[in-house]
Amino acid sequence: MPLASLVLLQKVYGSQTPVHGAPWLWFTILKMIVVFTVTMVGVAMLTLAERKISAWIQDRHGPNRVGGRFGLLQPAADGVKNIMKEETYPEAAYKALFILAPAMSFIPALMTFAVIPFAAPLPTPWGLVKMVVADAPIGFLYILAISSLGVYGIVLAGWSSNNKYSLLGGLRSSAQMVSYEVAMGLAAVTVLLLAGNVSLDVIVENQVVGGWYIFPLLLGFFIFLVAAFAETNRLPFDLPEAESELIAGYHTEYSAMKFSMFFIAEYSNMVTASALTVTLFFGGWSVPFLNGVNMAPWAWWKTLITLAFFVAKVGFFLFLFMWVRWTLPRFRYDQLMGLGWKVMIPLALVYVVVMAAALLVLSMLGISPNAVWLGFIPAYWAILGVLNIVLAALVFVILDRGRIVSPASTRIDAAELARLRAASIPRSFAGVQGD
Amino acid sequence: MGIQIKVLDRPIEQSSYVRSMLKGMALTFKHLIDPHKKTLQYPEQKWDLSPRWRGTHRMLTDENGKAKCVACGLCPQICPANCIKLVPGEDEEGNRYPLIYEIDEFRCIFCGYCQEVCPEEAIHVGRHYENSEYSRAGFVYDLERLMAQTHPVSTLWDPADPKGE
Repeated sequence: MPLASLVLLQKVYGSQTPVHGAPWLWFTILKMIVVFTVTMVGVAMLTLAERKISAWIQDRHGPNRVGGRFGLLQPAADGVKNIMKEETYPEAAYKALFILAPAMSFIPALMTFAVIPFAAPLPTPWGLVKMVVADAPIGFLYILAISSLGVYGIVLAGWSSNNKYSLLGGLRSSAQMVSYEVAMGLAAVTVLLLAGNVSLDVIVENQVVGGWYIFPLLLGFFIFLVAAFAETNRLPFDLPEAESELIAGYHTEYSAMKFSMFFIAEYSNMVTASALTVTLFFGGWSVPFLNGVNMAPWAWWKTLITLAFFVAKVGFFLFLFMWVRWTLPRFRYDQLMGLGWKVMIPLALVYVVVMAAALLVLSMLGISPNAVWLGFIPAYWAILGVLNIVLAALVFVILDRGRIVSPASTRIDAAELARLRAASIPRSFAGVQGD
Repeated sequence: MGIQIKVLDRPIEQSSYVRSMLKGMALTFKHLIDPHKKTLQYPEQKWDLSPRWRGTHRMLTDENGKAKCVACGLCPQICPANCIKLVPGEDEEGNRYPLIYEIDEFRCIFCGYCQEVCPEEAIHVGRHYENSEYSRAGFVYDLERLMAQTHPVSTLWDPADPKGE
């Protein structure tokens, strides 16, 4: 880490000593319990939100019978229903993996949230408590590693069900995850280049001082967002489920609570993807325009306000996930793969090179990463921002001109078409013509 | 490569994914915030049935509480589904009345011919649709049950007033 970043850390974090020793352990356990509970309740509420939003988009009311007008107890009713339902085991299933698979997709989904900082540090009599379950210095790498483990659950669920639809769903899921993870990782590399660190804490602090990364990394954000949709298996990339083709994909054979666990995993993945997007591009828990709240000295009210902002930002992205789901139709499988390999990955690769070159040029020109113009415009933020707007405009114009969603085969040239037309005239008709 | 699929060369406005995606998102958002929802909250709210709605039957009664039916036999005669069972009887004064009058509502096709053909305006199809039973036998309505129904009855189509005004 360059010296500048250390100075920055001092500036943001102040000189309060972090909590250590036995209180550290107690606080960590407390945070684990609280975060787990909040995530599970949040996921339950998300299932309700999904149903409500889908209903509203389709001019319906949505659940409104259990728990008042907004159906607030609907998730509880769903939970009770799922627990009471019969657990079915297909005759031909490989039992051990069939039972293990839901847990394998459920656990990584919950694990990923552990390293995402969700609020400003809280000062306590025992020292400063960081509002993150595991303050891992390699936060982002951890997320990339764990989030791709979730695919094992899906693939094994598909395989162990011994059902052709499940197997196809599992295969599709693995292909999709492998393809889009590359683009996602490459897009995130630009964030790491700009922040100079993989710790999510430092990335947030950099954004507090140097402005949100959405502006200097606009195009990277779009790539990341599209890849995040694919990673979470949400529409328009929900090929692993693809009801109309694969019944329910990998969880066709699952019932009751095991099905519910896949469901929870999907929503936890959404929460993590949203939280990660917010952390990488939208300043994490920081409050926009009021940097006094985002910096030391810390106070409990600062923790509360930043937590509220974090929840609001994540909530917006969760809404976006749902909004997109109920708007866009599903991609065809070859289109999905085409988009991943022919558009997203080359685009992300070129983008990484361009951003790295831009950062190199900036450092060669002698502009410091902490330089501020006119007293309030961070220099890097402004320069890279303008560069990104140009790049994004260029990419969108190109995407708009061409067919990013390609037809099944390429366009046919006029001469070939004429030949095919001549060849496809029915023989009897051609014979009549000949006479 | 085999024969390739011909692809229409549409103008960009029609084939652009980016634009149509944004258009779609705008449309769904408009519906999302639209407070006017179409769903009818069924058990509390109900549809207004047409005056000519033909539902389960009702036998009207005279001022003495007896069925108006004179067991003329026209309704089982006209019934295309053959779902009306009528056994006529006669009292000491020579008045005919139904000994057995049963309608199998499960067989009925709700054409309303029985109501049209009835000279006494006794049997009617009703403006009613909430029927459920635990068994098929429950759908065979006998005379008491037909007389006990309270729902409004259907208005026949009048050729002189085709729109029912």
